[in-house]
Amino acid sequence: MSNLTLSVSPHIRGKITTRTIMLDVIIAMCPVLVMSVYHFGFRALLLELISAAACVACEYVWEKLRKQPITVMDLSAVVTGLMLAFNVPVTMPIWELIVGDIIAIIVVKMLFGGIGCNFMNPALVGRVALFVSFTGDMTNYSFSRHVSVDALTSATPLAALDKLNFGDFWELFIGNHGGVMGEVCSLAILIGFVYLVVRKVIKPIIPLTYMGTTLLFSWIFGQNQPVLALFSGGVIFGAVFMATDYVTTPFTNKGKLIFGIGCGFLTAAIRCFSNSAGGVSFAILIMNLLVPYINDLTRTRPFGGVKAK
Amino acid sequence: MKKKLDILVNGIFKENPVLILLLGCCSVLAVSVTVEGSLGMGVALTFVLVCSNVVISLLRNIIPDKVRIPCYIVVIATFVTIVQMVVEAFLPALYSSLGIFLPLIVVNCIVLGRAEMFANKNTVGDSFFDGLGMGIGYTMVIVGISVVRELLGNGTLLGFRIIPEGYQLGIITQTPGGFFCFGCAIAILVAAMAKKGKKFEPTMGCDGGCAGCAMSATCTDAKKKEEAKV
Repeated sequence: MSNLTLSVSPHIRGKITTRTIMLDVIIAMCPVLVMSVYHFGFRALLLELISAAACVACEYVWEKLRKQPITVMDLSAVVTGLMLAFNVPVTMPIWELIVGDIIAIIVVKMLFGGIGCNFMNPALVGRVALFVSFTGDMTNYSFSRHVSVDALTSATPLAALDKLNFGDFWELFIGNHGGVMGEVCSLAILIGFVYLVVRKVIKPIIPLTYMGTTLLFSWIFGQNQPVLALFSGGVIFGAVFMATDYVTTPFTNKGKLIFGIGCGFLTAAIRCFSNSAGGVSFAILIMNLLVPYINDLTRTRPFGGVKAK
Repeated sequence: MKKKLDILVNGIFKENPVLILLLGCCSVLAVSVTVEGSLGMGVALTFVLVCSNVVISLLRNIIPDKVRIPCYIVVIATFVTIVQMVVEAFLPALYSSLGIFLPLIVVNCIVLGRAEMFANKNTVGDSFFDGLGMGIGYTMVIVGISVVRELLGNGTLLGFRIIPEGYQLGIITQTPGGFFCFGCAIAILVAAMAKKGKKFEPTMGCDGGCAGCAMSATCTDAKKKEEAKV
């Protein structure tokens, strides 16, 4: 009898692990990474590598000190580090970026119980903490090396939507403008989006509702050029990579729909009615906090089950 | 004398008002940005706490039970007014940095809580040491948190620059940093107690009277007492 093993169900498992999913996310980020190096030079690559390494090191050291199983091989820390690096401008001092990594991994992820237990997206909290602490460095948007400075006079097109005309759209789309490392090239992000959807890593529902709602409410709130507004700032990057994190989004399709719409509405509202230009990170974080309630509201009923009173 | 010492130490560690009873958090979160302000706040609160505890304990047999809360407030407000006037006259810089939080000691949960939970049931001497212990406990926590926040957030300690300009983490001096440091302080205390083998059980610091208590619905102590009765 001793060679029989007992285990709880499920007994038949797929090959998908956290690691393969995270690897897919990293592959999907590769176009963004390549374009960030193309636009901002090798310092961009350096920052991205340092950020990823710092996140992995934080997680490893924390788990070693706490004598917990080492989970760095699931690559989720690498994803967090890359995401955070994509959210800072290329001129960011390295030590500040590492502080952001420490906040993202230690404070948001490990203190709350490691992977799967973080209540907000770690990279986004890291970004917001950096934004609040080092506002000057975080908004020091540098221009792509390939931009003719005449084309866009403002540091970020989001702040200068009035001056743009539709001819600049292509420039905006391929990333010839100022901004943070990851969000400038919408084309690269959309390639990653298609890859993730094809590999069934994410469902397209959140990104599409997010972008659609942002567009709609930008138009309703009377922003000039709502289409350009969609392709500038961090909406696309946030919608594809940040708002699709498994842990901090609702389970069901209905819940995801609510989540996407909420993110889009909040992004447009923050952009139009507050004094900070980019509202993506705050919008996603607020919706992250509402996820438990959305899950409660949209819980699926078992077939034939009675509606709970 | 041993009992008096126990009461004193009780306020500092076992029933620390801020970290265990979770009272008076508002002023801790708001004032702990600078060490100087925290020290001033701690001393002011300790003074009010000791004086109000003593006076309420003296009057405990005279104050009618039905109007005891207004009576406490009058006593506490008297001492807060004294503190406020003294600080305004002699330490105007501290007065302006503490702002609204100095007069707000009147409604500080610690002061009112100790009056209700301790001073109106115990002797003058015991109440004095309870107030002193609670005041020291509060001061230790708020100063401890403010050391971390001023050092990391502003790079200074008591106004002296420790970390060079440009290497500060601004978020620590803002509201999220306050909550973060507060949470870490509680976590450290719980971890230290767990290491000592003591089980962490937040107590309400009360001795019954669940019927008239607003917290009785959620209070675990109340449930235990109910079970014990049955």
